[in-house]
Amino acid sequence: MAHFHTPLKKARGAAPAHHGTGHFIAQRLTALANLFFTAFLVLLALRLAGAGQAQARAVIAQPFIAIGLIAGLATFVWHMALGMQVIIEDYVHTFWRKALLLSLNILLSGLLLLLAVASIAMIVFGS
Amino acid sequence: MDTNSNSRPLSPHLQIYRPNLLMVMSILHRITGAFLPVPVFLGIWWLAALASSQRYFAEVNGLLTSWPGRLVLVVSLYALLHHAFSGLRYLVWDAGAGLDVPAARRLSLWTLFGAIATTLLVVAVFVIKAG
Repeated sequence: MAHFHTPLKKARGAAPAHHGTGHFIAQRLTALANLFFTAFLVLLALRLAGAGQAQARAVIAQPFIAIGLIAGLATFVWHMALGMQVIIEDYVHTFWRKALLLSLNILLSGLLLLLAVASIAMIVFGS
Repeated sequence: MDTNSNSRPLSPHLQIYRPNLLMVMSILHRITGAFLPVPVFLGIWWLAALASSQRYFAEVNGLLTSWPGRLVLVVSLYALLHHAFSGLRYLVWDAGAGLDVPAARRLSLWTLFGAIATTLLVVAVFVIKAG
């Protein structure tokens, strides 16, 4: 009859603890940065309207545009990974499926950002 | 570690409630956010193609500027701008402002209107410039 496990004992280990505040702060800070990057991106898209490959390369190869694009895509992809993490945690409850999707989320986001940075570097250094 | 086993009762979900503005805005924020990986992927693919050969760029650029491609890009632009305006609204709320119902509704209507207006404006300028 007598067992002295508190509800806390059952809850321990059932959720990824201790990282909630960091997620909350990072989500809002990247959101703020992304507001500026969205404006930058829209203006860049308008600047590139009707441009061919050589012309588009020349525009993106400019230092402030290249660095702005890298910084902005970094906060975009970071915010995207944080948001997708929340969606996965909300709707996927099977342990291994959730673990797999959360891992893929981090992996694919990282690869996508790597591809973007490598592409911009190639455009800037002209190879 | 599956704490949500099927034996537990579920709380009533979306289909139970009559939709209202703030609820629909919350759902739209998540839907537009969940869609945005598509344009992020397409944009970075386009950048990679831009850094690549002429032939590959022509192929990718052609795909994105085809009519189905254009439709996806316009929807993406709308999703991006809606999520941005809607997100700004959440940042205002996080700062503790605009939390009473009339103010929250007003912010939400501005979000809806702002996203549609800026989308139309950007598309119009782009079409005129690309001519």
